[in-house]
Amino acid sequence: MKIGLPKGLYYYYCQKWLYFFKELNIETIIFDTSKEIIELGNKISNSEMCLSLKIFLGHVYYLQDKCDYVLIPNLKYDYKNQMCSNFSSLYDLANNLLNIKILTFDNNKEIKNFIKIGKELGFSSKKIKKAYKIATIKYNKNLKKLKIENINKLNTSNKKILLVGHSYNIRDKYLSEVIDLLKKYNLEIIYSDLFDDDYYFYLSKDLYWKYSKKNVSSVVYCKEKVDGIVFFTTFPCGLDSLVNELVMRKIDKPYLNLVIDDLDSLAGIETRIESFADIIEQN
Amino acid sequence: MGNYYIPAKYLFNKIVDVEILTAPFITSKTIELGSKYSPDFVCTPFKYTLGTMIEALDNGANVLVQFGGGCRYGYYSELQEQILKDLGYKFELHNLITSGKTNVKRIYKIMKRIDKKFSIIKGLYYLYITKNMVKYMDKIDDYIRRNIGFEVTKNSFLNLNKEMLNSFSKVNNSISLYILYKKYFKKFKKIKINKPKNCLKVGVIGELYTLMEPFSNYYLEKELASFNIEIKRFTNVNYLLFKHQKTINKALNKSKKYMKYQLSADASSNVFWTKYLCEKKYDGIIHIKSSFCTPEIGVMPIIDKVASNYNVPIIYFSFDANTSEVGIKTRLEAFYDMIEMRRK
Repeated sequence: MKIGLPKGLYYYYCQKWLYFFKELNIETIIFDTSKEIIELGNKISNSEMCLSLKIFLGHVYYLQDKCDYVLIPNLKYDYKNQMCSNFSSLYDLANNLLNIKILTFDNNKEIKNFIKIGKELGFSSKKIKKAYKIATIKYNKNLKKLKIENINKLNTSNKKILLVGHSYNIRDKYLSEVIDLLKKYNLEIIYSDLFDDDYYFYLSKDLYWKYSKKNVSSVVYCKEKVDGIVFFTTFPCGLDSLVNELVMRKIDKPYLNLVIDDLDSLAGIETRIESFADIIEQN
Repeated sequence: MGNYYIPAKYLFNKIVDVEILTAPFITSKTIELGSKYSPDFVCTPFKYTLGTMIEALDNGANVLVQFGGGCRYGYYSELQEQILKDLGYKFELHNLITSGKTNVKRIYKIMKRIDKKFSIIKGLYYLYITKNMVKYMDKIDDYIRRNIGFEVTKNSFLNLNKEMLNSFSKVNNSISLYILYKKYFKKFKKIKINKPKNCLKVGVIGELYTLMEPFSNYYLEKELASFNIEIKRFTNVNYLLFKHQKTINKALNKSKKYMKYQLSADASSNVFWTKYLCEKKYDGIIHIKSSFCTPEIGVMPIIDKVASNYNVPIIYFSFDANTSEVGIKTRLEAFYDMIEMRRK
């Protein structure tokens, strides 16, 4: 049995599922974002959708005849930890636009989702629970390692930059070509999505988006320790248009606001990054 | 938003002893002001409300009250407060809805801060009257929308509506309000209309702010009425405040084929309404939204599918601060010609 996971949006928040499927010996099919996938996404999506959603739909389209099931959950938490509104329409969009078999879940409690999907795939609940436990341990171990690595970068003597963005943008293979440009200038890059959401209320009291909280609290935590901040957004991201604007108004560090629409020409972005790197160098 | 400033003003006038300034009517200057200080790709209501706030502050207001919840609306106030403070204004901004829920205790505290003599019993009493007022206004509005395109003497509906709202704001208890409502409803029914039996019918759905603030959709409903079309609109304040969750549950139940999960804001209701309008054999559907409205953009392909399954024409309008009015008119005219031709 093959399960396809579209590598966009929710994928980066459901890493535990990869360990889970591995434990149950289910083959997962995952592709990196490529030009072809973006074009497919453009074909079926609405022109006003944000680039990240277009990429996601492109992935689903690409997976259409390459696997038995596609996993598209509806992630939701309580009303103080909301997701972007696109996340709740993922399943219905894919279901209406394409002819595919979809595995889906939408429970607040994580374990119930694993049991539901596991049973749909024909496993006994004992086996599912065991796989879930192992997956949780492995996932947590890996996450802890990444977090420590990320925070340790703050202690190096190089010039440091905090990269603020959603996981599905800054971790995407295709979009992060832009981030590779930053690496050229010998800058240590600290990722915002590996922080906890403990400090966000120092900058924004009302914030109710789960993953924006992480970004904002990373800014609070690193404000004094880094030399510059880069905001990385796809066009037209609803959450970032408000949250980033607020953060930018409240910090007094050099910052760069990168809004990616299409990666057809990198020249303009390259120039901006270069001059930003110069500013950091001189400070 | 539209005429809803009247009940809001009524409520605050009655319960707190301070001078109430209602926001001035939106003009193109408001939008210019709003767009100037807004982030680039925020949805248009942000620009409108920011512009209105700046104008209100210029007029001398020092406490601003805002109602906002759901999708991005709930986060507006914090950013707007920051922007206005950066501009050098001194004021207090209160958002009465936090995290999509109304917290009675918090509202009570805010009211106490605005006026020390605020009493909760008086507040609840007038809140009840205001609630009824909004309900009656929406009922009358619905009647007007269905018939305004066919009035014999021009502006008779609008003039009577103005008169009614004026007398509404002077009532003191809910019984006299009810009597007034009945009286004016009769008056409205007496207005002469010249309505053919099989007139063209169009449903208007979409994002709530753009639907309810006539300036932001360039008086689209007025334009439609001039074509002699009967208009149906579901979104009003009564729906937003009291029927929202109920409608969504109904929507999820009735349109299972197209929708499994609850979509954010009004998106799931819109899918349901599209289906409803198609089943009731409306001649066309108009979907309007402000640009960058994420929930509506996410649901447009689904609405498209419903409409094409029932073979009902649908047109999408996306309004921004600098959309050209002529372009909208031309598209609307073409749409009207098309649905008229389909009839024949």
